[in-house]
Amino acid sequence: MIEVANLTKRYGSFTAVDDLTFAVQPGIVTGFLGPNGSGKSTTMRMILGLDAPTAGTATVGGRALSRHDRPLTSLGFLLDAGAVHPTRSAFDHLRALAVTNGIPTSRVDEVLEIVGLGEVGRRRSGGFSLGMGQRLGIAAALLGDPEVVMLDEPVNGLDPEGILWIRHLLQDLARDGRTVFVSSHLMSEMELMAEHFVIIGQGRLIEDISVDELRVMAAGEKTHVRADRLDDLVGLLRADGVDIVSDDRETVSVSGLDPGDIGAVARDNGIALTALVPEQRSLEDVFMSLTADAVQYHGAPNKVAAG
Amino acid sequence: MTTLTAHTESSPRTGKIRLANVIRSEWIKFWSVRSTSITLVAAGLATIALGMIFSAVAESDDVEGPAALLSDPVDIALGSIGLTEMIIGVLGVIFVAGEYSTGLIRTTFASVGRRSRVIAAKAVVIATGVFAVGLVAVTGAVAAGQALYAGSQATVAVTEVWEVVLGTTLYLTGIALIGVALGFMLRSTAGGIGTLFGTVFIGPGLLTLLPESVTDAFMKYLPSEAGSAMMSRVSDPELLSRSAGYAVFAAWVIGLLIVAGVLVNRRDA
Ligand SMILES: Nc1ncnc2c1ncn2[C@@H]1O[C@H](COP(=O)(O)OP(=O)(O)OP(=O)(O)O)[C@@H](O)[C@H]1O
Ligand SMILES: [Mg+2]
Repeated sequence: MIEVANLTKRYGSFTAVDDLTFAVQPGIVTGFLGPNGSGKSTTMRMILGLDAPTAGTATVGGRALSRHDRPLTSLGFLLDAGAVHPTRSAFDHLRALAVTNGIPTSRVDEVLEIVGLGEVGRRRSGGFSLGMGQRLGIAAALLGDPEVVMLDEPVNGLDPEGILWIRHLLQDLARDGRTVFVSSHLMSEMELMAEHFVIIGQGRLIEDISVDELRVMAAGEKTHVRADRLDDLVGLLRADGVDIVSDDRETVSVSGLDPGDIGAVARDNGIALTALVPEQRSLEDVFMSLTADAVQYHGAPNKVAAG
Repeated sequence: MTTLTAHTESSPRTGKIRLANVIRSEWIKFWSVRSTSITLVAAGLATIALGMIFSAVAESDDVEGPAALLSDPVDIALGSIGLTEMIIGVLGVIFVAGEYSTGLIRTTFASVGRRSRVIAAKAVVIATGVFAVGLVAVTGAVAAGQALYAGSQATVAVTEVWEVVLGTTLYLTGIALIGVALGFMLRSTAGGIGTLFGTVFIGPGLLTLLPESVTDAFMKYLPSEAGSAMMSRVSDPELLSRSAGYAVFAAWVIGLLIVAGVLVNRRDA
């Protein structure tokens, strides 16, 4: 289990991680989500004991990772798949890592097989593709057969088959009863993989939520409406707490009213509805709106010529 | 409590990390990458080869008169040692800074826990490698050089030659350790090499531009000058005594490694 309590990291006057508190439970895959620059990697570096928190604590199994006798056997991690010397072979890279924690060299061959690099393990890692590099990073995380696995953006650079592979791998690890903590800035990558989400924005906790709760949130507040006398209907629906915006010339979206209420108003006034579609948002959408205020680097809005 | 605990030692999953674990890891790292392993071996071979060339040239020139008396055959055989020093110093920097540039140092620190152990292990590995290769190279250069050119002086006493060989080898070892310390302090290859050249190899030369009274007072305490005292066969009034040279140079090396340790422990990795 990973526990983070009131964790804060400031770089000068900039607060990268702001009073974060959450726990990552064993037995499930937990997604750590946040937009670019929201503090995911910084949080992970503090869990690893690499960056000192300005305030608060981060522990693994109740103790700081650096206090564990053999850190790699408690927590396996992937921070940056590129953190490998390009002229060193994958095998030597892993062997050097393994001996620090007294892990036998036989385990190196084992993890190379697990991640599918058995054939190329003796080759210099500089020639590896992005996906192979990612697999090498995951091999390193598995070396110590750890109770906790923490991966920073492991899906980066993987093709669909690779993504599927890592999803099954992480789910198998979780099924073993291990704690699996995986970051991403894309909900679409994580929604099939994780059962629980820790969502942050600008270093602050936004949601600590199960995937089921998140799906409930995804049931939208909006209903898309089309009708033969749309303008009349809009006039009739207007009330306090009801928000109506037009999607296009023939469609409006209404929030603050149930679809049933909208239908009743239309019926009572003899207006024929041609469409009444309650919005079901994607989890990505929910994530985007949750973090909308916290997105640090907005792209310039797309400009579309008005005609 | 008494009989069961005896067996726990053998399990690979229990017990703390020992320094020996980290040394083995750093040893693997050093020898599994060309930039470090080949550099060290090549520096050794070049020292011998250049020593032979210099000695052969000296023999064929065989200058007569006062110039001949000045040419110490040991000095000639080790004529390329300045170049060796630079390569070895750079090697020390690269061994550490290269790990910062890839980001591997984070993996290392998180896996080992105690960072000072990583510094100690890197120091042990490079000191062992440089001392072994350096001893072979310096001995080889001097032996081959003397076979090729004996000079016009009476044969040099064997013990004196050994003092030069040992002093030179230990100086090379210390320079590698200074490179390691600078690598940890500056965390960049360019910064580390620049600082090494500025303070050890080039800086002292520039200091001679200062008034003589100033340079006389502290020049001899610089690492390079303390090193000269360690390496020279005859005592030089401008340098420290040999034993003082060893002491001052060792203080530099140990001091810089300690500063590196303090910085590394205090900073975010
Ligand atoms: N050493 C540092 N010094 C100053 N600022 C830093 C440092 N490390 C991180 N930051 C800042 O802290 C913020 C959080 O960065 P972090 O890398 O943790 O975000 P992230 O959530 O991992 O983003 P991404 O999805 O892009 O990987 C960023 O604005 C970053 O610029
Ligand atoms: Mg990141």
